Amino acid sequence: MERRIFIVDSTLRDGSHAVSHQLNADQVRGYAQRAEAANIPLVMVGHGNGLGASSLQLGRSLLPDREMLAIARQELKRSKLGAFLIPGFGTIKNDIGPAIDAGIDALMVACHCTEANITRQHLQYAASRGVTAYGVLMMTHMATPGELLEQAKLMESYGVQGVLLMDSAGAYLQRDVTEKVGTLVAGLRTAVGFHPHNNLGLAVANAVAAVEAGASIIDGTARGFGAGAGNVQLEVIIAVLHRLGYPTGVDLYRLMDASEYVAREVMKKPIAINAVTLTSGLAGVFSGFAPHAIRAAERFDVDVRDILMELGRRKAVGGQEDLILDVAMNLKQKKEQRPEDFQLESLS
Amino acid sequence: MSNQGTHNTIPVAIIGTGNIGSDLLVKVLRSPYLTCAMFTGQHPDSPGIARARELNIPTSADSIAAIERDPGCCDIVFDATTAEAHRRHATVLARLKKFVIDMTPSQAGGMCVPLLNLEDSLAKQNVNMVTCGGQANAPIARAIMAVHPDIQYMEVVSSIASKSAGIGTRNNIDEYTQTTSDGIRALAGVPQVKTIIILNPADPPYLMHNTLYAEIERPDLPALERSIKHTVEKIREYVPGFRLLYGPVQESGRVTTITEVVGRGDYLPAYAGNLDIINCAAVAVAERYAKKKLGLH
Repeated sequence: MERRIFIVDSTLRDGSHAVSHQLNADQVRGYAQRAEAANIPLVMVGHGNGLGASSLQLGRSLLPDREMLAIARQELKRSKLGAFLIPGFGTIKNDIGPAIDAGIDALMVACHCTEANITRQHLQYAASRGVTAYGVLMMTHMATPGELLEQAKLMESYGVQGVLLMDSAGAYLQRDVTEKVGTLVAGLRTAVGFHPHNNLGLAVANAVAAVEAGASIIDGTARGFGAGAGNVQLEVIIAVLHRLGYPTGVDLYRLMDASEYVAREVMKKPIAINAVTLTSGLAGVFSGFAPHAIRAAERFDVDVRDILMELGRRKAVGGQEDLILDVAMNLKQKKEQRPEDFQLESLS
Repeated sequence: MSNQGTHNTIPVAIIGTGNIGSDLLVKVLRSPYLTCAMFTGQHPDSPGIARARELNIPTSADSIAAIERDPGCCDIVFDATTAEAHRRHATVLARLKKFVIDMTPSQAGGMCVPLLNLEDSLAKQNVNMVTCGGQANAPIARAIMAVHPDIQYMEVVSSIASKSAGIGTRNNIDEYTQTTSDGIRALAGVPQVKTIIILNPADPPYLMHNTLYAEIERPDLPALERSIKHTVEKIREYVPGFRLLYGPVQESGRVTTITEVVGRGDYLPAYAGNLDIINCAAVAVAERYAKKKLGLH
């Protein structure tokens, strides 16, 4: 009866957001060694927004993707090495081909939750080169369960080994998880996964809800190291899953060691739910927007929360970091025109 | 919608009856220099074919074979299919000696952005219209290079409404990204270019939104503003809905310029500025070719 949960560790991918993509070689090596020791099934490595995403728009990586992958490849033996890619950011020629040459075992191809057909080329290419392909739907709080199922079915038809729903904005409540994950589990033959964020403090609870609704893949990070308010804290959710009777194969003590390593050697500041990340979750805005919004708020002298709420209203999707500037400049213009009317939007 | 005027017109064929092809048809019918002699695709029941039939345009569901059967029907061929299909079509159309305007990101022919290299492009047999992102951003990139020729790196981010991206664009998203960078590099002379393309499903739909970042240590903002505004006016001569939204502005160690394209609403509504800009550019090429051929200047 016991159902094994496949653990994906995105510490060296999503965690990159929390240090503005400045992970260095020692940190990649140090964490990969510890993840291997903890017997993590799949370790994701690269820029926070995936292969080819190092840019002015999203922030430049300290290390090129292929260097990060090469370092992790040396350390991972039992653990598989994975990379992430969003079509429209990286390309097959510049990014996926070289990543496969660098020895990745798995590729996740991600898109906004309503645009699955832009992942076909990339998923099929990965599969044709013998790499395990996963489809990822991002910002899934923005679509209905039915829409998500339809999109996930497209990915299934491209030959994936699983489809993951990302709560990229940390906006899900538990009932959303139950409904959306449950719909996918009922409608797909392939495995279903969930990737929570913690903006509303619900990441662990949502991951549990996902597993109880039938998800068999959980994607998180050590110490919750990740974009915005952070991800589901991997050592915590694994401890809880073990308590609930779901095996993962992960050595919890060794993973705790890895988490301590992240806190000591990698994090620049604690991952926290604060004014910015809480607003971002309420607004339903991509978690990775926070540092860019803080910078734009300072540059154009507007309230960062106003920027985030307006981005939510405009239904910004992941990768539209340039819209932050657009919104900030627009708010500044409004503020200059009508300073007395300009107030913080109600968050209620 | 019939063409008026005292001169003759040049007959064109359009292959591909999706969003791009159907919008091109409206623009060709409006042109005083062009006539649509064949509108051909693969799907006899497509909405595009039905619409063309209502307008009494000769249609076919045999794709390029319709042109091979009757090569005399046209002088200019617009290919609005896919990059993969165009690579096959290019050989056939070269043999038939047609002037080809390729709307796909195949890069089979020479890349063209009318404002930057219209006259040179007319000498080629196959002209590639790069991508909508290339059409929107390459002229602005060149306007910036004119002020700061030492720039080494630029980045363009184009967001388009999901509804305006048809299946061809989606199947070609990888070539699209690559070709936009290649086009801006080649036509604006920027040593290194990165392109990011984003589809946004928001309803009401987004207008095509372009952000161009340039790394410049000490930017001459007044000169940049003059150069960019002048270029925007030039683009508006053939893409009336193109406009400067913000910038150039200096922030985070870079110069940022944001533009937007409001479509003319020919086939798809105003949000499909991405279709409008590449089609306006393509029709500008076809009209210039036609005028030359008709002896008009």
